[in-house]
Amino acid sequence: MTSTQVEVGTASRAELVGAVTLTNLDQQRSFLGQQSGVDVLDLAKVTTLDTAGAWAIASFQAAQKARGRDIAIANATEAQSLLLQTVVDAMPPVRKRRRRLPHHEAHDLLLDLGKAVTVFAVGIGQTLGFLGLVLSRLAATAINPSRLRVTALAHHMQQAGLNAVPIVGLMGFLIGVVLAFQGASQLEQFGAEIYVVDLISISMLRELGILLTAIIVAGRSASAFTAAIGSMKMREEIDAMRVLNLDPIELLVLPRVLALLILLPVLGFIANMAGLLGGALMAWIDLGISPAMFRTQLAANTSVTHALVGLSKAPVFALIIALVGCYQGLQVEGNTDSLGSRTSRSVVVAIFLVIVVDAVASIFFSVWGV
Amino acid sequence: MDDAAITVRGLTNRFGKTTVHQNLDLDVRRGEVLGVVGASGSGKSVLLRSIVGLQRPAAGTIDVLGTKVLTDAPGDTPADGAKAVQNRWGVMFQDGALFSSLTVRENVEAPMREKLSLDAATRAALADLRVAMVGLPATAGDLYPSELSGGMRKRAGLARALALDPQILFLDEPTAGLDPISASEFDILIRSLQKALGLTVFLVTHDLDTLHATCDRIAVLAQKKVLVTGTMAEMMQVDDPWVRSYFHGPRAHAAQPQAVH
Repeated sequence: MTSTQVEVGTASRAELVGAVTLTNLDQQRSFLGQQSGVDVLDLAKVTTLDTAGAWAIASFQAAQKARGRDIAIANATEAQSLLLQTVVDAMPPVRKRRRRLPHHEAHDLLLDLGKAVTVFAVGIGQTLGFLGLVLSRLAATAINPSRLRVTALAHHMQQAGLNAVPIVGLMGFLIGVVLAFQGASQLEQFGAEIYVVDLISISMLRELGILLTAIIVAGRSASAFTAAIGSMKMREEIDAMRVLNLDPIELLVLPRVLALLILLPVLGFIANMAGLLGGALMAWIDLGISPAMFRTQLAANTSVTHALVGLSKAPVFALIIALVGCYQGLQVEGNTDSLGSRTSRSVVVAIFLVIVVDAVASIFFSVWGV
Repeated sequence: MDDAAITVRGLTNRFGKTTVHQNLDLDVRRGEVLGVVGASGSGKSVLLRSIVGLQRPAAGTIDVLGTKVLTDAPGDTPADGAKAVQNRWGVMFQDGALFSSLTVRENVEAPMREKLSLDAATRAALADLRVAMVGLPATAGDLYPSELSGGMRKRAGLARALALDPQILFLDEPTAGLDPISASEFDILIRSLQKALGLTVFLVTHDLDTLHATCDRIAVLAQKKVLVTGTMAEMMQVDDPWVRSYFHGPRAHAAQPQAVH
């Protein structure tokens, strides 16, 4: 199955033997690479020839032609010459790679930096614009409530709210347990076990309950919003709405925003209660603080302001999560890659913004003195 | 049958209670272009999907190039040992089904990258060759599928189907959604590639012009089986109401009864 070279008269011939195909391309090409002194290429003993093989022969011919030598093909069957002709006609020009110099790299670096800054600035502008658009539609709906899609709203309330209750409740319960357990082991050293109640109630009601709920909802719902709206965008459903004079903001974005606005405070409340329950249980088991004692201490030392401060952040978080999820969904382009990257970006941005706003709110409330 | 590239015997396909194929027999001869026609929902695409292994039939045998695709393990292929029969066919889906995160060149390279150990430069050169052979401009190699028109996407899909130098080419509605000029260019492309590469082509279509221009034989799918097979001229003589209205309908008269053989 090896190809051979024979001298016949003055013209030197090379014979390709066996299959000249994609599978043994390397072998046949290395044979051809050694045939620089050949005038005739004999295909009589070629059993099968495919486009890759024909390409190898054609590029061999082209390389020799560049050096001023014409290679004749001998004994090709009709089918083989047709294939060779097709390949020769289609031979793309050899692509040249430009050598990269240091100043090219520097140029690229600067370009990337500039692009990143522009994209960031444009992104902020567009997000603010989107916020304004949604708020104006929200106002229009408030003036004319019959425009509200009640079915869609109920659907999203179930998807993003009701279905999240188990996970949010479990999360709150476990955080309560963890706080009680960690707090107990520290406070025990001072004989101040009873203050574990304050630790649990204040940290849970004021910060952790709503913050962790928002993070879970951002992971669940922001990604779901982006994926749902994004795949609609990919399949031109959004364009179909626009030409039917239906407003995608009103149809898709408002029900989702409203659903989260209504239900994130409720979810936060559930997380708070589950946290207190978990904390009380752990305090009872680990420290012997009875539920009655827990309740008395809670009522005496923890003002309801803490719970209100915590829950007052819920609508803001809800707005952030829903807007980021919907906005990223509407930014999806025609390929599957952008759907994936937009979905992951929507979760990251939503969680990041929730934490930033929580930090700002925390400073604000402490300066204000509540 | 020695000259059969694909032999289907007793194929039965069911979806729930709906039977799509009942005891269907079909032969595709080596080196021919077989056009498969039938009403919408008659199971043309299901037949294609069964042959290439995307749909597991309820009963029947399918033999492709000597391999029983439903029962033989990849290593059992008699002709060239370990090489799986999958490497010897190429499939072009209706809208190209290109990988949207890859450029056209990378799409064409993808099968070569997975199945063969070629160096990057050779792979890129072979991909460029395929891109040129299907009539795409050289610049198209660097574009993403979302940047291509429908016709270009189909051509790119064809280039990817040809990447491993298949012996059999499956085409699902190659001209659907193309303007008449692009469609007839595509017909000519299929016919010339089929001749040059010696391909066996299994072509599912609704396009009467494509049937005229490219197909050696036509198989009509109706009543859950292959109703008739034969050349275009034979189709015109068939005395079945559906076949008559298909090949003698108002649209059929517009189609030119001259093939590009």
